[in-house]
Formats: sequence, structure tokens, C-alpha cells
Amino acid sequence: MSTHDTPTERPTQRQPVKFYQTGTFTVGNRLLPENVRSVQADMRRTNSLNSGHRACQGCGEALGARYAIDAAMQATRNQLIAVNATGCLEVFSTPYPETSWQIPWIHSLFGNAAAVASGVAAAMRVKGHSDVRVVAQGGDGGTTDIGFGCLSGMFERNDDVLYLCYDNEAYMNTGVQRSSATPPGARTATTPAVGRQPGNEFGTGKNVPAIAMAHRIPYVATASVANLRDLEQKVTTAMAIRGARYIHIHVPCPLGWGSAPADTIRIARLAVESGLFPLYEAHDGQVTARTPIRRRVPVDDYLKLQKRFAHLFANEAGKERIALVQAVADRNIAEFGLLAGDDAHG
Amino acid sequence: MLKQTEGSRAVAEAIALCRPEVICAYPITPQTHIVEGLGEMVKAGELAGCEFINVESEFAALSVAIGASAAGARTYTATSSQGLLFMAEAVYNAAGLGLPIVMTIGNRAIGAPINIWNDHSDSMSMRDAGWIQLFAETNQEALDLHIQAFRLAEELSCPVMVCMDGFILTHAYDRVDVPAQAEVDAFLPAFEPRQVLDPAEPVTIGAMVGPEAFTEVRYLAHHKQLRALALIPHLSSEFAAKFGRASGGLIRPYRTSDAETIVVALGSVIGTVKEVVDDMRGEGVAIGCVSICSFRPFPLTALREALEHAKRVIVLEKCLAVGLGGIVSDGVRKALSGVMLKGYTVIAGLGGRAITRKSLRQLFEDAGADELEQVTFLDLNADIVASELERETLSRRSGPTAEAILRRLGTVASGIG
Repeated sequence: MSTHDTPTERPTQRQPVKFYQTGTFTVGNRLLPENVRSVQADMRRTNSLNSGHRACQGCGEALGARYAIDAAMQATRNQLIAVNATGCLEVFSTPYPETSWQIPWIHSLFGNAAAVASGVAAAMRVKGHSDVRVVAQGGDGGTTDIGFGCLSGMFERNDDVLYLCYDNEAYMNTGVQRSSATPPGARTATTPAVGRQPGNEFGTGKNVPAIAMAHRIPYVATASVANLRDLEQKVTTAMAIRGARYIHIHVPCPLGWGSAPADTIRIARLAVESGLFPLYEAHDGQVTARTPIRRRVPVDDYLKLQKRFAHLFANEAGKERIALVQAVADRNIAEFGLLAGDDAHG
Repeated sequence: MLKQTEGSRAVAEAIALCRPEVICAYPITPQTHIVEGLGEMVKAGELAGCEFINVESEFAALSVAIGASAAGARTYTATSSQGLLFMAEAVYNAAGLGLPIVMTIGNRAIGAPINIWNDHSDSMSMRDAGWIQLFAETNQEALDLHIQAFRLAEELSCPVMVCMDGFILTHAYDRVDVPAQAEVDAFLPAFEPRQVLDPAEPVTIGAMVGPEAFTEVRYLAHHKQLRALALIPHLSSEFAAKFGRASGGLIRPYRTSDAETIVVALGSVIGTVKEVVDDMRGEGVAIGCVSICSFRPFPLTALREALEHAKRVIVLEKCLAVGLGGIVSDGVRKALSGVMLKGYTVIAGLGGRAITRKSLRQLFEDAGADELEQVTFLDLNADIVASELERETLSRRSGPTAEAILRRLGTVASGIG
């Protein structure tokens, strides 16, 4: 507490500490008992994805991966093996012969991370290393598109793997092409902002967390780099469960989204607060918890910070498209009961 | 122990004797009986310490095998035909990562047109993937090669395909000598991986490699295969000493020492070839044959020594390099670089067409008289080909080719010979 000893005008009557006063644990964390502090606040955190890698400034995926893997390491007492799909995370962390990974880590192909992880888990089982756990990780392309068959196979066999999808909503590693996780209206290199219906088509895309739940696997969650403590907790929860688990993490990409690197967290938070990216948990296919929206914002606030949506603000036609995006957010809010005071939903 | 059993069952028993730890299974004819047999053994508790995983595709089968092998488990899978093509990306990856997975290929044609019968197009399509490829001549050899394959794979840290002719071997009931567990244990030590995913000693496997090191990594893969050229005969000799029978090796010459005509082939067809060779030898014809067991690495030196004194070499291939002719012929030609002799490529047995003694006899006689084309299609029905080519000139929309031929032939499969 030495940091608090210097001020001379310290009030004589202290206010009670208000946790969550900024909407996160940032303030509260230091004041919490050690055993409930965040993993990243722990001196013994493993820095599993170490510094020195080559991610862009403001990379949401690098941030999400660091928090998720460190949390998984703590939950497993460092008995963790990671399998990585091809993609930004694999490329920026391992230009040979350097590696940022402080844990056993394997990259095989773009579309097989879930299957490789199943194989690692099988090897651990057969060798009696039940304490060694496995995570697989990939971007949205490697998860919702090319890796989808292997992902579904791992789910239906209920293999003991936590799959982490870092969703930055397009193929960023190859230069921002559309994936089945690209939101409607977004400009990518393959959904250009031209023509009568610029950007990605409405009515397309794939809701992989919902599909994961349909497999009735023990645990599914969505998370965001806007709420890193929540991400850590979900990873910790997942690692306490055996069987197939899935966490879908929203990770802004400044390069692909045309946003300022300093705005990564802000944008991720606006996605949550607008209702475009609902945060929830599901056990055995049933939603068991959702994070209420504290201060609802219109989708415009989220969209206008990103150049991939700039065309929506260029003319009258864009307004109709924005209204359609707002409808997506409204539907999510209704479906999950996300508004504060909406506790009847959970 | 001597048994009368199906080829697939014999292979399953051989795999079980090798104490596999992870087996990935996905059905495709004609390899399916192998993994069915293994699945039964695991379920029945006869194969302890083994995980049997039913996956959703061949791509997943080999991907699960990659993960299991990288985590230090002795790993096996099997496939055929389209399945091998579907897992192609992982085939290259397993070899690139240097993972000693053993995989049986129940050799089968590749479509279209879809065809479940035997030829060598499937494994030949993966010939440059970095796997060692061993071809079995008999069910006994298929059984034996799998035992040698694990030893070879693990000593080199390189994946091995054991190729056996679909149906002709996989589904044939034949007498095989199944070794005892103690014999196999004495030949095949426990798997000591060269690289392993282990939290106690973290390593990164599968990093991005740029131009600064890629050539060296690839050269070392080639070097590994060159080392296999020495190791394969060594293991074959050791196997013979311990098990009392010859199996494997690089090549097997038969009556070649004074032969003017030498036939080169792979797999089960060599049995038929030997019979024809014996018949012709009985009539004083100087003919012999060479069976290639190791197709990758390709035994250039051994083949040259076996063939260079001949007047002509006939390469009998169960595959086709469309637009070129033979695949094996290319290698044989390279082995004989600078040697003046006549070389013939014969494409035979595609999609399960029977290779009969009668046809081979005629073929070898034609070759002996040097009356063969450079590339010959054995028993090609020239009338059908001519009529189909003519039919295509009659109408722009002549329709699908294969179906037109079937229609002309009438009863399906009435004349596979």
C-alpha cells in the first residue's frame, strides 16, 4: 500500500471502494484478494505468448490469445499443449527460428486444428497424462469455414479440447477477404464497397457458437477483448470441464477493419454495448448466463469508427443498410435479454 | 502361427502386434476391413493401451494422427483412393513435420469415373509427398512390411505408407504366418520420438519457415529418404534373421542374371509375371523380372545393377501419367541413364482390369520381338475407343464419355478380363 502513502490531502474519511465503477475490473483488481485477481495481474503469469512477436499495433487477436492462453495455463498448472490453425496468430508468432510460444505448440494446417488437437488429447489419454490439457486455436476463417468439418467432428466426439476462435471477421492474414463470420455490410477485399448493395451481403454468415451449442457440448461461450477479465473467467471455467468446449472471442483487427490501433478495446466494447456481439455462456447446449448491456449504444457508434463500414455513411442508401445492422443488434438484445433490468431472462 | 485369413485381417493383426497407441479410422473401400478389425480388437480389450478414434473424414483421420504422433504416440491409419486425395494436404504436412505415422493404402483407382477396384493411381499421386512407400507382393509381405514400417518410420522420423493391392490382397484369403508378440517386441522397440509436445520441455513445431531455411529443411527430407535406401535392406535382413523369411528390401530380382528381357512391376501382379517368366524360361526364353518394393525412396542404383545388362526392359504399371505415359518408367529410365537398351511402358490393370497370364505372355513375346509401342495399354479395346471417338464427332453435345461406353458394352462388368 506504499503508493497510497504520499498524498498530503488524503481525505480523513475514505469512501468505500466501489468495484466495477469503470465497467471493468481494472480498478478493482488491485484491491481484490489475491486469489480472485486476474491472471494477467498475477506475478506468476506465464506470458505463454511472449513479447517480441510481429502482430500489428492494436491487434485484438494477440491480446485475446495472451489472456486466454495464460488463463488456461493457470487453470491447468501449466500442463497445457496448444494447437494452432494457419493464420495471423501462427504467422506473427513463429517466423522461424524464433517463436513467441513458451508452451508446447504445434501448427499443422489451416483446416485441421481441431482434429490435430483431438489427436494430442488422445495421446495424452492413452499415455495416462490426464493432467495435460489441450487447446486448439484459430481465426474465424480457420474455424467457421475451412476448419469447420474438423471442428464439428471434435465437438460430436466430445474430445477433451478447448477450441478458441479469435474472430476478427475476415481472412486478415491473406489481405482481408470475406469469411462466413464477416458481418453484413462490411467491406472486404472480396466484398467491395461498390454497386447497389455495397459490402458483404445481408442474410449470409454462420453463427458458430449456436452451432457449437447444437452439438450439446458441455461448454460454449462468447467473449470479447473489451472484457478481458470475463474472457479469463470463461477460459478458467472451460478448463474445469472435460470434453469439447468452445469459446468464440471477438477480436478487432485495426488493419482489416480500418480502425485506429488505439481504438481496439473501444470498438470491441461498442460491439458488445450495441448488441452486435452478445456475451453469454452455455452449458450442455443451454444458455446459462449472459452479460447485460450496461449502456446501450446505437450501432452507428460502432460502425463509424471503422473504414470497412464507411460506405454506409456515404449516402441515403447506406442509412437503410445501417438500419438493417441495427435490426441485427436489436434481435440479439431481444434473443438474449441483454438490457440491464432484463434479468427475467437470466 | 500359421493362419488362413483375409489380407486385411492379417494386416490388422500385424498392426496390433506393433502396439499402436492411437488409430484413426474412416471407412473407404477397400481398406475398411483393416480398421474394422482393429476397432474390434480395441473394443474387445485385446489391444490394450490404444485409442481408436472414428473421425469424420480422411483429412481428419490423418490430422488426428498428426496430433497424436506429435504428442509421442505410435499412430496408425489406413485409406484408399479418394480418401488419400482428400487427406493430401495432411499427407504432405505429416512428412514435412517428420512424424513417423504408418498408413496402409489399399490401392484403388481414382475417379472420375468412380471405380472401387485396384490400381496404383492413389499412392502414386502422393509419391513426392515425402513418405516412404513400400509395396507388398503378397499378404504375408503386407503383414511383414507393417512391422518393418514402424521400425523404419521411427528410426528416421518419417512417415511410411505400406501399399497393398485393393481386393487382390486386402480381400484375399491366404495363408499367413502371424508372428508372436515377443518376436515383434524384440524387433520393434518402444517409440522414442525425436520431437514431442511436452509441457516439461516446451517446443514449437510447425513454425513459419522462409526462404532463408526452407531449402535446407527440404533437403534434409530428401536426405532422410536417401538414408532409407540403406536402412530398408538392413531392416529386411534383420527381419529375415529374426522371423525366418524374406520380406521387404528395395527390389527383388527374379531370374534376371542372364535375362535379355526384364519386366519391372510393383505389388501383387509380380506373382502372375513370375508364372509367365517361368513358362517362357521353360521354353528357353531369357526373361526375368524385378519387383520394386521401395518405390520411395526410389532405388536407382539397385535397379541399375539389376537391369543394365538386359537388352530390353518392360515396365508394367498399374497407373497412368496422363499425357506422358508411365510413372514408374520415369524412375527406371533415370536409373538406366546412359545405358543403351530398349524400354517399354505398359499401362495395365487400371481400375481392376485383370492382368492375365495370356495377355502378359503375348505382351512379353511382342516385346521380345521389339514389336511394342513405347507406351502400350494392355488389353485396350481399340474398337470401343475408335467408336467413342467417332461418336464424339457426330454431335457437339455427345454427352458423358464413360456412360456412353458402358451403354455400348451392355451388361455391366461382364468382361473385366
